[in-house]
Amino acid sequence: MLKASGIKITIASGKGGTGKTFVATNLFQSLSMERIPVTLVDCDAETPNAKLFFKSKKESTREVTQKVPVIDESHCTYCGKCHEYCNYHAIFFLPQSQMIKVIEELCHGCGACLVACKYGAILEKDSELGTITRYSLTNHNTLIESRMHTGVYSPVQVIKKGIKEATDQIITILDAPPGTSCPFIHTVLKADYVVLVTEPTPFGLSNLKQTVDTLRLMEKSFGVIINRAGLGNDEVYNYIKQENIKLLLEIPFQREIASTYSRGTLLTEIEPEWKKKFLSLFDTIIKENGNINHQR
Amino acid sequence: MKVAITSTGNSPDATLDPRFGRCSYFVIYDTQSGSTEFIPNPAREAEDGAGPEAVKLVASRNAKKIVSGEFGLKIKPLLDSMKIQMIVVKDPGKRVSEIIEMLNH
Amino acid sequence: MEISIISGKGGTGKSSISAAFATLSSDVVLADCDVDASNQHILFKPKHEEEQEFTGGQKALTDPESCTNCGICVPYCRFDAISFSDNGVIISETLCDGCQLCKRVCPHQAIKMVDYNKSRMYTGSFRNGRMVYGQLAPGEENSGKLVNLVRDKAKKQAKLHNIDTIIIDGPPGIGCPVISSITGTDHVLIVTEPCLSGLIDLARAAEVSQSFGIKTSVLINKFDLDQNLTTDIEEWCYKNQLEIVGFIPFDTMIVEAMVNCKSIIEWSPDSAVSIAIRDACKNILYEKR
Ligand code: SF4
Ligand code: SF4
Repeated sequence: MLKASGIKITIASGKGGTGKTFVATNLFQSLSMERIPVTLVDCDAETPNAKLFFKSKKESTREVTQKVPVIDESHCTYCGKCHEYCNYHAIFFLPQSQMIKVIEELCHGCGACLVACKYGAILEKDSELGTITRYSLTNHNTLIESRMHTGVYSPVQVIKKGIKEATDQIITILDAPPGTSCPFIHTVLKADYVVLVTEPTPFGLSNLKQTVDTLRLMEKSFGVIINRAGLGNDEVYNYIKQENIKLLLEIPFQREIASTYSRGTLLTEIEPEWKKKFLSLFDTIIKENGNINHQR
Repeated sequence: MKVAITSTGNSPDATLDPRFGRCSYFVIYDTQSGSTEFIPNPAREAEDGAGPEAVKLVASRNAKKIVSGEFGLKIKPLLDSMKIQMIVVKDPGKRVSEIIEMLNH
Repeated sequence: MEISIISGKGGTGKSSISAAFATLSSDVVLADCDVDASNQHILFKPKHEEEQEFTGGQKALTDPESCTNCGICVPYCRFDAISFSDNGVIISETLCDGCQLCKRVCPHQAIKMVDYNKSRMYTGSFRNGRMVYGQLAPGEENSGKLVNLVRDKAKKQAKLHNIDTIIIDGPPGIGCPVISSITGTDHVLIVTEPCLSGLIDLARAAEVSQSFGIKTSVLINKFDLDQNLTTDIEEWCYKNQLEIVGFIPFDTMIVEAMVNCKSIIEWSPDSAVSIAIRDACKNILYEKR
């Protein structure tokens, strides 16, 4: 096994349901079974469910909060400056009826209104965005779950906090949210290497292309895993060959694999063959990452 | 009492506009005098903040009730705190005149 | 009638099922509101008639000429987007939230705000009617605004072309874009599958949709993948008074159809999958009455 302390690997896909969590949990499990210290961070804060695959004990839960303004109307002169400063329309202001209100659901917690107010009428309070929960598994490794509350405008803050929770010293696997918008970017930002999971279908290809373009812009090193290989067509293969992208692993389409996963069982736990495959996937990642860093 | 109705056009024959923030017109109906006023919604095409703008307009006309097809999640608490009652009419085919009729009963 | 198809979590086959619904009748407006990973246009190859720019927000940009590197703006930014460099401060495009505070506090007017307008919305025709879809630029905040725009456009298209049915392919998750995809619709269809997280994701999606008082029903995809879990879902739905409008068997033919750029209804109209989808649609329409 190659040395890899402190590497951060993000498992991502342009679209949900391509098997991102399948890869993240199995990679995590294979390394754990080898007694390698590793942390898994579930960054799919809108629908986190990596935890379901493991027996675990809850260690701690922390609230993730954001500052939102509170207007102290006894000091407010209804000058409207805070309303003008807020770029998110989060301060509702009606001068005729001397009415001012914070619409918390629209507030991004930027603090501009606080700076705007010359009368000290704006205070701040904490508003809850979600939670970060640490679970310890029977093999002493840690799973960190970011979970956003319903109705929050964006999962980004919760994701950022979850990633920060992981220690930099050991291997960290980040299970990314679907898509290529902000939440995805923030999960990839700190990653040393990104594993893209896709399917050999037209949908898979289209989302893969979009993700690849984004990662190239961000100058990230990455490779591809083709899940449900055997279904669909060759276009994904042609694309990655043409673009010179490393094919890290193929996971064949098999009804058993799908139903094992459905039941919440980890393939690597019951099939030593698969554990080996995931371990060599890890080696490939380390090698790829090393090569690229070397080139720089 | 004044009631605001979201409308797709500027006549009593127009149908209810199901969207509150992005409706085409607001009808301000005065239940005492029976008068109606049609105001084009300035925030109709706004990329954001249409909801709060619409609340402002309605509040500035002193309406105590609003009839529309839906109210956004962020708008409901705002209207509640201003004690403006929301009336949801789920039938988009209803005409403004029919709604006025309804309000008189 | 506006039907919104969502799933709580991706991968339940929501897009394929939306595509199937869109091809059940000859006259629909299909609104692809999964703007972060829109897929319907790949199957249906719509003829674009209109392309619109969408400005999702703003980003701050420094002017190296005027920036004196005084650093006043740095501590004001709560998104850690501003850092020092030898050529004045730099603002990270990825981290900037666009709040404009740095611009307001800069004593040298060295910061300006630029529109972030790489996202697009397309409108056109496809073989079963009209189609509207959005494409969010990478790194954008998916606030639901683009979804609103797509839905508005779809409604206008429906009116213009005298079409009754709007099918909305919604985004995954439970956040703002999902809320924007379902508010004010006539029916929300949640597509789920029998897997460990299926029920949890279904419950979260149902909670959101029912909180708006929208008629909500459930479609179980790949129901035969795990009978026990399917039974669990059925029991849960029964307890929570959610009607199950259909059970779709597991069949790789759905993928075959996709590879051939067809919906399952077009590819194999007599397959068990197609029959189940047709029945589900009938059930939804029946409920409406
Ligand atoms: S903190 Fe920022 S977003 Fe929130 S109300 Fe104040 S100015 Fe608006
Ligand atoms: S606009 Fe706001 S978020 Fe962007 S750099 Fe300036 S202070 Fe930071």
